[in-house]
Amino acid sequence: MPSLGADMEHGKLVEWLVKPGDYVRRGDLVAVVDTDKTVMDVESFQEGVVADLLVGIGETVPVGTPLARITQTPAEVGAPGHEAPPARAPSKTPAVKPHAPEAPAATAGPPIAPPVRHLAHRLGVDTGRIHGTGKAGAITRADVEHARAARPASAARVRSTPRARRLAAELGIELSAVTGTGPDGAVTVTDVQDAAAAVPPAGPAEARPEAGPPGAVLPEAAVAVSGPEAAPAVPEAAPAAPEPEAPAKGKPSSEARERVASLRRAIGALMTRSKQTIPHYYLSTTLDLRAGVEWMQSVNAHRPVAARLVPSALLLKAAALAAKEVPEVNGFYDGGGFRPSAAVHLGVAVALRQGGLVAPAIHDADTLPLDVLMEQLRDLVSRARAGRLLRAEMADPTLTVTNLGDLGVDSVYGVIYPPQVAMVGFGRVTEQPWAQNGLLGVRHAVIATLSADHRVSDGLRGGRYLALINELLQEPEHL
Amino acid sequence: MNEQDARAAVHAAIGEVAPDVDFDDVDEDARLRQDLELDSLDFLRLVETIDKATGVDIPERDYPAVATVKGLIGYLAARG
Repeated sequence: MPSLGADMEHGKLVEWLVKPGDYVRRGDLVAVVDTDKTVMDVESFQEGVVADLLVGIGETVPVGTPLARITQTPAEVGAPGHEAPPARAPSKTPAVKPHAPEAPAATAGPPIAPPVRHLAHRLGVDTGRIHGTGKAGAITRADVEHARAARPASAARVRSTPRARRLAAELGIELSAVTGTGPDGAVTVTDVQDAAAAVPPAGPAEARPEAGPPGAVLPEAAVAVSGPEAAPAVPEAAPAAPEPEAPAKGKPSSEARERVASLRRAIGALMTRSKQTIPHYYLSTTLDLRAGVEWMQSVNAHRPVAARLVPSALLLKAAALAAKEVPEVNGFYDGGGFRPSAAVHLGVAVALRQGGLVAPAIHDADTLPLDVLMEQLRDLVSRARAGRLLRAEMADPTLTVTNLGDLGVDSVYGVIYPPQVAMVGFGRVTEQPWAQNGLLGVRHAVIATLSADHRVSDGLRGGRYLALINELLQEPEHL
Repeated sequence: MNEQDARAAVHAAIGEVAPDVDFDDVDEDARLRQDLELDSLDFLRLVETIDKATGVDIPERDYPAVATVKGLIGYLAARG
């Protein structure tokens, strides 16, 4: 279980995107994890063949717990004695020893070997309810098989592929009512589609074309199951709705309310820690956006809407470039003091429509051409709102920007996200009277603020940072 | 495009960008930014969604004319 943010202590496994025997490369998406804040895709840190899934769907485990065991070649799968160490995620406080070969550590309950755990998972047996008969109370293969046999068939867990589950949830189809034609009677996407064709449409979701391997998660396709906003998109949506393609309206489900509440608790805990440990100082300056807005408008006039820029893109790029020049605002402060970051991973605070916010990162924002940064900003915000972010995006911003001004406030003084050391705030872009060289004119302008950590920098350097942003914005074509 | 079609297109597009908006509670004088809380990226996506659905590309200089639900419906009805 990787750490998906400084404040994360545990995560709940929502979905496996791979199964034992699958070949994964570094960076392939392997699982979906639910934190208090959002649902995220987790990638593999190793290349190899998935030997065992060590954590079952629905289990909540501490950060550092191995999620799966990955071996180097198919021949090693299931061959004891040649096992690679469990796939481990980087974590500030490793919960397992680095080279423990078989380490389903950090999970309570009787000892159980991963192959047995996997068997239990496959058979839908809850290992917490089994009395182990092996050495030291360990659960054996026989114990699991016995427990499975003792259970009435109707209670058996429905085997299904992740994409089939997702589709079933979107279509409002009860999985247990679908006849599976896959391996071991598993319900496949085709089975769900067939079942859906046999019943009248129950909800607003439409079947989406299935393409690509299971790992290739399409954020939009995933929204309906995992995204809090999609919670109302379950069968109670009126079948007679005049616009069946429109998302369902109505009150949020209890699950959605619980998510909002837990997000609120997580934000509260993190911000309390920030205010208790970080001696903030605050600065503000008004940025002259005349050149920036004029340039942007002339560029946008020749572009289709999909390629247009917004002022935020210019502001973010300038903030990232300036951070390169003033390293005191970019990095982490932890037990060892300040560690400046060579890269600028710009966190963008995204307000969620259902309440709360998350601040995922645009990686290497200082090096991205403006159009690419704009594209990434749009993608990141839409995925953040849909509750589908990647692990790395949540874990490693080196400096965060809040752009609350977009919704109307003149200025915003942010609270620093620990262990970061600064937060930049941009207010509303407005036309203002502007006096220069004895003349009064009207210009676009915006108030930029900096909240920074006094353990790392002083107002002089912070002021230099804001001044640099202003200077960079005077030559928008070079951003 | 008649006003009814324009209204349907606007409701569908807003529904896509801001699924939580309930049109039973929304006055047509509602402002997209302030009242429906669409930020600049939401607004851009709204304009893009409308362009795809209706073929009406709203240039940036016309943004002030489409700042409310009613303004947007009127704009589409006149041009779509």
